[in-house]
Amino acid sequence: MTSPLRAGRTDAPALTIDALGKKCPVPIIMLADRIRDVRIGETIEVLADDPAAKTDLPAWCALKSQEFVASTPLPVGWSFIIRRCY
Amino acid sequence: MVYLDTASAEPLHPSARDTLLAALNDGWADPARLHREGRRAQLLLDEARESVAAELGCRPDELSFTSSGTQAVHLAVLGAVQARQSSARGPGHLVASAVEHSSVLNAADWLERRTGADVTIAPVDAMGRVNMTEFAAAAKRERTLLACLQTANHEVGTIQPVEDVAAECQRLHVPLLVDAGASAGRLPVPDGWQLLAASARKWGGPPGVGVLAVRKGTRWREPLPADDRENRRVPGFPNVPGVLAAASALISVREERGSTNPALRALVDRIRAVVPQTVPDSAVYGDPDNRLPHIVTFSCLYVDGETLVTELDKAGFSVSSGSACVADTRQPSHVLAAMGALTHGNVRVSLPRDVSEQSVEEFLGVLPRIVAKVRDTVRAATPTPPGESSVEVTA
Repeated sequence: MTSPLRAGRTDAPALTIDALGKKCPVPIIMLADRIRDVRIGETIEVLADDPAAKTDLPAWCALKSQEFVASTPLPVGWSFIIRRCY
Repeated sequence: MVYLDTASAEPLHPSARDTLLAALNDGWADPARLHREGRRAQLLLDEARESVAAELGCRPDELSFTSSGTQAVHLAVLGAVQARQSSARGPGHLVASAVEHSSVLNAADWLERRTGADVTIAPVDAMGRVNMTEFAAAAKRERTLLACLQTANHEVGTIQPVEDVAAECQRLHVPLLVDAGASAGRLPVPDGWQLLAASARKWGGPPGVGVLAVRKGTRWREPLPADDRENRRVPGFPNVPGVLAAASALISVREERGSTNPALRALVDRIRAVVPQTVPDSAVYGDPDNRLPHIVTFSCLYVDGETLVTELDKAGFSVSSGSACVADTRQPSHVLAAMGALTHGNVRVSLPRDVSEQSVEEFLGVLPRIVAKVRDTVRAATPTPPGESSVEVTA
């Protein structure tokens, strides 16, 4: 499932992880599990609604040298876009 | 058991225990009364006030004892701001760093909701140090009634540029509240403040004693119904035995810090160096050099802090965690969030004055195994996607 917010965009994520309802650190565990499922340079979207995800996804990217592209608020939670860099 | 959570509460200093027991015999009476027992209590209270004031760098009549550090902060913030608010000139504005203790942020939030005051939260850098430019720019705003800055951060230990901020505030005629809770007794109190708050249990005094200092000439109005206690600043019968024990602990800690601080600093250096090497996917936070001697916080990816604290407790090590991801009602640590740091899987280790090198080595010895165990447990409860399922361990 791709968030409707990103429909039609050329940089649409190659993969969407639905971590809605999951408490941290589960969203970033799911992200770490799947990051190699996309090609280097492609993006992954993570949907999450734990407030800690807002801090932890960018912090994970900084720690793991992946690129945190953007976060967009959703009616419930946020959509986070992460680019695989290596 | 090894207690490594002295930033929550330092074990009672032996000198404070002796003083407390003696003061329960000699200082139980009401110091406001004129009889022999009351005069005795008043004499002891005065003595305690003089020695604490000397350590904090203020006059005895500027110092009041409160029932906690939190109460001191609340009285400082509300009293300073409300003294300068008026219906003619409006509710005004206050500024605080994003990593202040929750008591400061809660008091600011209270003023925002109850009086309409504007609150600016000044950002910090990745080490938790306040951005001077942004803090000063906020303090420059018209009708800034109070600026609030801690001496050092209570979670990551980073020391704040209080004297620079104080100089700027003085130039702008904005009163500065310094929250010295994390450093009082351990490091000299920086100069230049108008209001100061601290808590005795963080320096080895008993629980239930805080200090509030308001410099002469600083506008301050009692936010609670007036009482003639403690310079009309703190209502209620003062805890004379507790105050005496707090003063005694402060004197001892002050005398001993020449030897305790370097020892604790070296042990924290050791933790800072070892954890990233032995725990995969971990990060140590806070300023490595310009920091408190006894506090360090690190985060481990893919674990939740509460489980880590529970497992470490079972293994005999008492630490704390700012993260509480599994508890629905609690927010992640606002300090780590403001620094852009991981808010889950974090552990704060804070060393009591008499911790042994061996205890720290034992902690460092069990930590990698316990983190690995918690990671396995969390993974088992996580939906495994199709395809690759190993967690990356490359840094």
